[in-house]
Amino acid sequence: MKKSLIGTLLAAGTALSPLAANAETEVQFWHAFTGRLGELVKAQVEEFNSSQSDYVVVESHKGNYSETLNAGIAAFRAGEQPHILMVFEVGTATMMSAKGATKPVYEVMAESGATFDPSAYIGSVKGYYTSTDGEMLSLPFNSSTPVLWVNRDAFEAAGVDPDRDLSTWQNVGETLDALKAGGEDCPLVTAWQSWIHLENLSAYHDVPFASKDNGFAGLDTELMLNGEAQVAHLTAMGEWAKDGKFIYTGRRNEGGANFRSGECALFTESSAGYAGIKAEAQFDFDVRPLPYWEGVGNSPQNTIIGGASLWVLEGHEPEEYKGVGEFLAYLSSSNVQASWHQNTGYLPITAEAGKVTEAAGFYDENPGTDIAVIQMTAKEPTANSKGLRLGSFDQIRGIIDEELEAIWAGDKTAQEAMDSAKERGDALLRRFESANK
Amino acid sequence: MEKRVTFRGWMLPLLLIAPQVVVSAVFFFYPAGQAIWQSLFIPDPFGLSSQFVGLGNFEFLLSDPFYRASFATTAIFSILVTLCSMIPALFLAVIADRLIKGSGVYRTLLIWPYAVAPAVAGVLWLFMFNTRVGVISWYLGTLGYDWNHVLNGGEAMGLVVIASAWGRISYNFLFFFAALQAVPRSVIEAAAIDGARFWRRFFTIVLPLLSPTTFFLLVVNVVYAFFETFGVIHTITAGGPQQSTTILVYKVFSDGFVGQDLGSSSAQSVILLIVVGLLTVIQFKFIEKRVHY
Repeated sequence: MKKSLIGTLLAAGTALSPLAANAETEVQFWHAFTGRLGELVKAQVEEFNSSQSDYVVVESHKGNYSETLNAGIAAFRAGEQPHILMVFEVGTATMMSAKGATKPVYEVMAESGATFDPSAYIGSVKGYYTSTDGEMLSLPFNSSTPVLWVNRDAFEAAGVDPDRDLSTWQNVGETLDALKAGGEDCPLVTAWQSWIHLENLSAYHDVPFASKDNGFAGLDTELMLNGEAQVAHLTAMGEWAKDGKFIYTGRRNEGGANFRSGECALFTESSAGYAGIKAEAQFDFDVRPLPYWEGVGNSPQNTIIGGASLWVLEGHEPEEYKGVGEFLAYLSSSNVQASWHQNTGYLPITAEAGKVTEAAGFYDENPGTDIAVIQMTAKEPTANSKGLRLGSFDQIRGIIDEELEAIWAGDKTAQEAMDSAKERGDALLRRFESANK
Repeated sequence: MEKRVTFRGWMLPLLLIAPQVVVSAVFFFYPAGQAIWQSLFIPDPFGLSSQFVGLGNFEFLLSDPFYRASFATTAIFSILVTLCSMIPALFLAVIADRLIKGSGVYRTLLIWPYAVAPAVAGVLWLFMFNTRVGVISWYLGTLGYDWNHVLNGGEAMGLVVIASAWGRISYNFLFFFAALQAVPRSVIEAAAIDGARFWRRFFTIVLPLLSPTTFFLLVVNVVYAFFETFGVIHTITAGGPQQSTTILVYKVFSDGFVGQDLGSSSAQSVILLIVVGLLTVIQFKFIEKRVHY
């Protein structure tokens, strides 16, 4: 009830937004970007609007990822949904099971007649948003993957060689000892702990995070995050937390502030942290691939993406969907993608955009910016590294966050915490399964 | 002998209470009815389909140890918020009441925090206690205390209690101050002539005379702690670390609006409705007996 009330309010807000000029068809686009990213999105929209005169895309910011998804759902219930809704990767399973609320992208593109070649998109990005029969359901928009950021000045200050090999967690462990011994108060900090230290950890070592191919093969999936590889990693992290070598700052990307201010030596964060770090860091930094445990699973496999994709919602006029198709085709074009990739550190979603970036000499001028791309695409994804498709995943991440906090605080062992996360998460998966039968 | 005013006919009285009835029906009975109805289903987020599960949602909730733990968290939180907002308010009101000059200035200043929205208050306190740049956590650090509410559940609880109680002190102050002004001077003067000192007069005369106000504030503050502290918790801890600050209302929000699980969220609202109903009944049945009007 509360929801539909809010939906009505949101809808009223939308109705009051300035009307587009006469004959132009309006396309509503709701997204979750603020700051620099918000400006870049606005610039893309403006460029599209001025490039043609049939359609006007109206972009609006609806809060963070969760809030944007909620706004979209509430608006749909009130019958006032936007045409295009940005949904983070965690909401993918929710959107996929909402048949009747979403209009698959391949269908939109076919009907609108806009240029669309599914094979142009990078496989490991596209795979996350593609149905089991190979149809693209949403358009990947911003995709990133975790990497290791190094504060070279902090290494120097602690008397540790900043060029030492950090490709494995074994080496990182030794480095943390050295940094701590050298007087560094914050050797390691992280953002998005569940995404990096569990979801990506599992994919990178080619071990399952959940059964049924991480949920791709069916709703009757169960979490498998209490496996040997995950528990071993979290045990090591727990030790580091206890010794003050890993500093926990919060569930989202709070750690970014600590790293950018030069306080911390190592930072595991999305490749999209690039824009912020480049703008703010007053120290010499570089990027390394995410470390892996030597000898565990088939490491290093490939990492998986985080970020968001664009979903087209049902319930609008065919003419408007044509505009949606045009806009999505514009967003996928090589030049738009290449500049997005270079400005933000997000991955290029088409292979072509990567080539354009390389040809422009961007990777040579900004060493390390291609590491994320290589890490994602070096190996053909396996069933364990294609991505995750779990219902109620936002809530499950909340549960994982709580259990990880129990490890960092020393209240639980890694095994206890992950067993409990599995039990609690599975209960939610069963609920999701029965709601979407 | 009861004095009674009666209306002739029933049209006029009905008309007079109609606005209140309509408001209650639209804003209370209808949503509450919807919540009860929805608590029997597991709907999908978009409202495209839903499955009847009877009392399944309640069973799911009550078998969840974290949900049961949330009751204890809520109880601790509400008691602390109520105490921390009423005791300082009473103290300030007594002090301000004694002032001869400038009490208007103090009054105005003390009422200010009430104008700050809970979410904003949350951000303010979070900023002061921020583990990295917070002023207070920095001072605590220099005293050798390592403040970290991000991992320490007790500190997180303390912080949300302070942030929730702070704005409430003003509200409570207003009521206590007004009530103190209404205490008859003659009674106090008589006691003073009998040789009773200030605190003695306070505990034996003033406090009992304040009891209707205190009781009213007790009920209002408990309801506040239950329902309106959501913004503070959302901005400061989002229910964490682990689930140490997840009070019942916050769980309704996070399951319904983050998890899109409207069935469970509605069932929780129903449980909450029952809990608060019971609490109010208890308060009126047992505590009110000790109130002197």
